[in-house]
Amino acid sequence: MFLYRTYTVMSPQKRVKNSQAQKRTSQGRNTYQTSLSAWKVKEKPSDSNIWKQNPVEAHEHVDDQAEDTLQMAVGYFEKGPIKTSQRKNTILEKHLKTVENVAWINGLAPETIDILLNVALSGKFGNAINTRILKCMIPTTLISEDSVVKAISWLCVGKCSGNTKVLFYRWLVAMFDFIDHKEQINLLYGFFFASLQDDALCPYVCHLLYLLTKKDNVKPFRVRKLLDLQAKMGMQPHLQALLSLYKFFAPTLISVSLPIRKKIYFKNSKDLWDSAVLAVRLRNHGHFSEPLKLTLVPVDLHPLKRKWNSHSVIPKLNSGSYTKGHGKKEMSLSDHLSCNRSLPLEQLQSFPLLLQNIHCLELPSQMGSVLNSSLLLHYINCVRDESLLLRLYHWLSQILQEECIWYKMNDYEHGKKFTNFLDTIIRAECFLQEGFYSCEAFLYKSIPLWDGLCCRSQFLQLVSWIPFSSFSEVKPLLFDHLAQLFFTSTIYFKCSVLHSLKELLQNWLLWLSMDIHMKPTMSSPLETTLGGSMNSVATLIHYVGWLSTTAMRLENNSTFLLHFVLDFYKKVCDIYINHDLPLVVLLPPGIFYASLLSLDTSILNQLCYIMHRYHKNLIAAKKNELVQKAKSEFSFSSKTCQQFNHYLTTMVGCLWTSKPFEKGISIDPKILEKSGVVKFKNSLNIVHHPSLLSYAATFVLQESPEERTINMSSIQGKKWNWYLDYLFSEGLQGLKFFIRSSIHHSSVP
Amino acid sequence: MVPSLGGPSSKRDRMHVNSPSKQPLVTAAVGGQQLYISQFPCSHHTSQIKTMDPYNASESTPRQSATSGLKDYFIGATPLQRRLESVRKQVSVLPTPSRRKIPQCSQLQEDVDPQKVAFLLHKQWTLYSLTPLYKFSYTNLKEYSRLLSAFIAAEKQKGLAVEVGEDFNIKVIFSTLLGMKGTQRDPEAFLVQILSKSQNREGKVLWTGWFCCIFGDSLLETVSEDFTCLPLFLANGAESNTAIIGTWFQKTFDCYFSPLAINAFNLSWMAAMWTACKMDHYMATTEFFWSVPCSPQSLDISYAIHPEDAKALWDSVHKTPGEVTQEEVDLFMDCLYSHFHRHFKIHLSATRLIRVSTPVASAHTNGKIKILCHKYLIGVLAYLTELAIFQIE
Repeated sequence: MFLYRTYTVMSPQKRVKNSQAQKRTSQGRNTYQTSLSAWKVKEKPSDSNIWKQNPVEAHEHVDDQAEDTLQMAVGYFEKGPIKTSQRKNTILEKHLKTVENVAWINGLAPETIDILLNVALSGKFGNAINTRILKCMIPTTLISEDSVVKAISWLCVGKCSGNTKVLFYRWLVAMFDFIDHKEQINLLYGFFFASLQDDALCPYVCHLLYLLTKKDNVKPFRVRKLLDLQAKMGMQPHLQALLSLYKFFAPTLISVSLPIRKKIYFKNSKDLWDSAVLAVRLRNHGHFSEPLKLTLVPVDLHPLKRKWNSHSVIPKLNSGSYTKGHGKKEMSLSDHLSCNRSLPLEQLQSFPLLLQNIHCLELPSQMGSVLNSSLLLHYINCVRDESLLLRLYHWLSQILQEECIWYKMNDYEHGKKFTNFLDTIIRAECFLQEGFYSCEAFLYKSIPLWDGLCCRSQFLQLVSWIPFSSFSEVKPLLFDHLAQLFFTSTIYFKCSVLHSLKELLQNWLLWLSMDIHMKPTMSSPLETTLGGSMNSVATLIHYVGWLSTTAMRLENNSTFLLHFVLDFYKKVCDIYINHDLPLVVLLPPGIFYASLLSLDTSILNQLCYIMHRYHKNLIAAKKNELVQKAKSEFSFSSKTCQQFNHYLTTMVGCLWTSKPFEKGISIDPKILEKSGVVKFKNSLNIVHHPSLLSYAATFVLQESPEERTINMSSIQGKKWNWYLDYLFSEGLQGLKFFIRSSIHHSSVP
Repeated sequence: MVPSLGGPSSKRDRMHVNSPSKQPLVTAAVGGQQLYISQFPCSHHTSQIKTMDPYNASESTPRQSATSGLKDYFIGATPLQRRLESVRKQVSVLPTPSRRKIPQCSQLQEDVDPQKVAFLLHKQWTLYSLTPLYKFSYTNLKEYSRLLSAFIAAEKQKGLAVEVGEDFNIKVIFSTLLGMKGTQRDPEAFLVQILSKSQNREGKVLWTGWFCCIFGDSLLETVSEDFTCLPLFLANGAESNTAIIGTWFQKTFDCYFSPLAINAFNLSWMAAMWTACKMDHYMATTEFFWSVPCSPQSLDISYAIHPEDAKALWDSVHKTPGEVTQEEVDLFMDCLYSHFHRHFKIHLSATRLIRVSTPVASAHTNGKIKILCHKYLIGVLAYLTELAIFQIE
């Protein structure tokens, strides 16, 4: 049989008990035994050892006793008064005291409350007793909905006095948050509403309705009734409160204005139970947050004073039913309220709810509000409704233009607001993995005016989210302006621009590889063929190549800048394999030689990695070309291969065979003589390369620490291989990949 | 701060001073103090450029809109892509088309209710641009009236005592302005009026606003049929009312209002185009206002010319029949500048043009306009629509 302990002091046990209680009450009326026979059965919990270890074991004992007396008391009340004699009265008083004590200290279990509510409202005892019982209906943690429904049914019988009714409503309001469910109570909405007629009950019923009302409950006939009541009784704060809530749910139904200044509509019904409610809340803290959440009344009852276009940048989420009604001609207001087949946005609170209602979702009346709702962004992501996107487009374009700071006077506060707004947009773009057209249009208009400082990070992020399009078309509108800023700004700006261009490339590549796999024939009007798309990407890469080559010259071959440039090419070199797109674009000579002859080891290492990946990609492309002739239209020009081979020979010459620049570059012997490097041919290999020299020296020193003069040329033969292993162990993975893939072992000198 | 103002110098000028009806005024107001000096502004210029052909605007054939050719180009594109494309076009051909039609009497205007047109004239309107209205329907105007009046009443009475049962003391009327369009494709313009409602007599108009689209092809091409494009909104009445009504429209039709300011560049265009309009008789003077930003008080310069003189000047710089070109606008303004400089040694080109008044219409840089001439109503609105579309793109 089900075990039940009335109260405990320790929270772990309480948790167990609470969940049991919940289970029990949620099982419904059948299993809900009002007879105490079941309830009285006591059984030690299975985890009694824990109980034993409990330091408050002694206390438990006392509790057990108290529980017994409580059960007796409850049993007494349930049976009802036998005869009202003096002796009985003292017994009654004793039991009542017991119940009150327990209730005020630890609260009562749902079952106890259920029984005692029945007792109090059935009128078995006198008014005074009923009042006292009602006053101590304090839950340990929560009250079952069934008990409340049953109690309400007693109200209809007319067995209890007006005072008791009032007290019951006050109690209901005070304990509202502790009722485990409210669906059934909400079904009784009409009953409560009818009780408004009763002048004495009216304020309390109003308060209850205020807590209970959902959008569906707001009906024209109820509005009429409320207005009638208000006309009859004058301006009553409680009626106003209810009206304002109705107005919140259905602004079109209520045209009377309601005061906004008044904050307190209801006399605090909780005052009777103030401390008790606090205690219950403390007990419940953390355990029962869910029922509390469900009862949340709309937080923003009085929207902020509306200002013209300026209260908040992003509109609040309101479901579009308001607008939808206008679509149909003969739709009356009551129709419009009762057709609730679609899910209002206010109720959309979780992803599962979204999934269930995705076919009948009411879209917000102002599309801009989706930016603040990740659930709706999900929706936008899978619904390709052109007018929905157009609404968002128009709104966003206007807001961006209106909020943009350099169209206005410099205003720090406003600037922050604008930055935050841009951040919100970028978050949404990242979430959707897709740029907004309005942002692109905004960039076209504002980049020419941009100082390169204001909201830099946001602007560059917006650039990286430009939707895929023909680069040559976007270039004069955007990138030419950006280039001006790029060349005239600091190295840090250059690096951030290169970074955002890398992101742009990545976004375009992801989009293209998705797009190609989803629909073989692209429907985009701008780029009708895959070749066209590839051409656009290639132009972007060439453009960045041009930018970085020039930037390298301007910044005196800065290593820092070179890192960002190579980062970009790390993406470029792997396009064929990573994205399955037929495109291989090599890095420009200006970058290649600067990296190859860099004094920074990590740069050389990065270059080696990039060359290694180019190698892999080209080989894969070649192979594919042989296999399927279909792709022949995208055959890589032999020029690319030649160029790659040229780079490769140069690199091998510089790092391995000590025969640098055999072809292509001829150096006047006079200059060499002047520089004093006559044996330049031997000066460039994996040992003598300026960026690796320190590694070589350390290596030699490790081998023979006593040596006075370090003889680099000693690294030969077997030592050469050891030296290689040493380099690899130092983390030069790129170099490792490059040597492994480009130099056949047999060629080791 | 008072600029050295040259007095009338030549005999010729004095002669013109004698005929008061043709007396043009050059007014320089410094910190509130106004100095009026009589001048004949165009005498020098007219003699210089007399050789140019005067031409008659009504004889010319209207030039095809530069943007209409775009349509073929975008067949099959989605509305969004078309929009983006038009933005690209717009940005790349900045600032604006270099030639426009001279406003002419439109045929379509014939079926416009003359009473309604009269109502629109001689009122100061504040301009707004408006993004396309989503799911707006002309068949629901009555319903909109009801909803909007409830909304206004609720907004207005906020914070006041409620008297239940009393009707709102305002009335909202939506009505279409039939025929107020440039082409048949343009959606019907409509008017929203708020009237005060008193028991016995016709209410007083508290606020008026109207929505229109004149030659809005470039915008119409880029939206789907769920939208109604009325990019130009004109309001007359308390700003607070405009705010409430605008909010309602924004919430109901997911559109967005932005104040439409007119920059000096566009004001010069207005000056030229409106001066170019042929008038039977002139009711108002032509006047320009420039602002010189200087502390503590800004210096405003007003420059009034008799409209016939302005027209004469225009005719002398005007070459291309039926249309106004950027070149002509610049030349027209330069003539005014150089004349002013000759007399007052002030380079107006270094100041900012803030207001233009002509017998056709007047416009202020803050987006307030007044249309005076019934004949060129459509022409004026066409240019304003163009500016509004430019702003929402």
